Amino acid sequence: MIVTRPKPLEEVLSFLKGFRKILVLGCRGCVAIYHVGGDKEAKALAQKLSQKGFEASSKSVLRQCDPRYLKDLKEELSQFDAVLSLACGVGVVTFAEMFSEIPVYPGVDTLFCGAQVERGVFQEKCRACGNCLLHLTAGLCPVALCPKGLLNGPCGGSSEGRCEVNPNKPCVWEEIIKRLEKQGRLEELLELFPPRDYSLAEGNSPREYVHGKASK
Amino acid sequence: MERPVSKLQRLLEEGKFVFTVELQPPKNASKEEVRKKLSAIKDFADAVNLTDCSTASVSMSSLAASLITLEEGFEPVWQMTCRDRNRIALQAEILGAYALGVRNLLCMTGDHPLVGDHPQAKPVYDLDSVQLLSLVKGLEEGKFFNGKPLKGERPCFFLGAVENPFATPLHFRVLRLKKKALAGARFIQTQGIFNLKKFERFLRLAEEEGILEKVFLIAGIIPPRSFKMLKYMKERVPGMDIPDEWIKRMASARDQREEGIKIAVEIGKALKEMKGVRGLHIMLIGWEEALPEIVKALR
Ligand code: SF4
Repeated sequence: MIVTRPKPLEEVLSFLKGFRKILVLGCRGCVAIYHVGGDKEAKALAQKLSQKGFEASSKSVLRQCDPRYLKDLKEELSQFDAVLSLACGVGVVTFAEMFSEIPVYPGVDTLFCGAQVERGVFQEKCRACGNCLLHLTAGLCPVALCPKGLLNGPCGGSSEGRCEVNPNKPCVWEEIIKRLEKQGRLEELLELFPPRDYSLAEGNSPREYVHGKASK
Repeated sequence: MERPVSKLQRLLEEGKFVFTVELQPPKNASKEEVRKKLSAIKDFADAVNLTDCSTASVSMSSLAASLITLEEGFEPVWQMTCRDRNRIALQAEILGAYALGVRNLLCMTGDHPLVGDHPQAKPVYDLDSVQLLSLVKGLEEGKFFNGKPLKGERPCFFLGAVENPFATPLHFRVLRLKKKALAGARFIQTQGIFNLKKFERFLRLAEEEGILEKVFLIAGIIPPRSFKMLKYMKERVPGMDIPDEWIKRMASARDQREEGIKIAVEIGKALKEMKGVRGLHIMLIGWEEALPEIVKALR
């Protein structure tokens, strides 16, 4: 899921200075599940903005990352000076691309593709690098979880299972080795991992995928 | 057998016990400073390693410092990390370095920017150290990293890599060393060694895997300058394994510098005795004055 964090109120207020009528636009996707930008949060933020002297109201759509759920907003938008979106970056951009007349501002910071590992604790698990290699690494992703993104790890700094860059985090390569060993697959790591293909990742933006076709 | 491309390679192939010394290029633009540091080392080393912004902190480029080293009539080991350059920049610099006379190349992954002096920097790591070794090998065999032919003169280096015998998991360290040898490393310089027993175990495992026939292993020494420094390394530097006996000795020493040199010499002598150790790599971390005494005692 896409993990997000609300921006501090002061920052949001600094964006909205000079506007009067604000629509706080929530999303019922990832941000709602994690209580960052769903119906409730949009409503609460609109209330706060009203206390600060704005004329604010709130609304949520099923998914801001899907133009089908945004298109019906068109008429309503004419009543507002600006939109504060509580969707992830994908939602904000999709909205901005559809409605070029009205200013839209992000109400959250989009952090990463991650999992909620315990209540309120989110961890990055995937970098969306475009060439999945989890079949080689016992299902754990060194691209996302090793700070150096090493494919032939671990580096010389792993120590008792800890990462040299973030000693409070595990070294994912040690975990990969442990798992492959348990599965009797350790010799697979003797192969030299070829380098990553960045033309499938951040080396090629914007990435586009047409269903049924090779992505690039 | 092919002719050695560098003095370091020749000495190792002739079976000589070598001394390499690590030099950190200055954090300024002074050629004079590089020269000065070199002249303090020159008579006590067969080659000098120029670090590539170690601990991810800016200093003069290791390639520039390698060229100054050459100008001074001395042999550089050019250290190159994957931290700051993608495969285009890596290849460009490797070709240029060869054209200018650099012959020893040490390939490393490199410390992460987060531990350095510009933590906001973009970490590149387009390749890792193993892939960098195979990139160099490819250039030597006449192909760019994309597989296209390199026409005209090819570079040819005495290629090295590093290994930390104390990082975990221990048994996999040996396999990773094997990987580096397969990828093209001909010599290995290790992290500073204090735990001799553990290192010996590592050596024997490496021998069993047949790695010591493929690479020349140069064992690392860090002369402890003070009790404080040794304790800091034990507690703070990841992957360092420092047994308490050395810490105790430094703590109770009357003259810590003298004791530090003594310890370095003791460790050096023990390493020299071990089968498979072909030289010593001395990392002074700014303590250049200690070098003459240590090398004289070990030669
Ligand atoms: S210690 Fe492990 S996770 Fe951390 S940078 Fe090194 S290989 Fe990557």
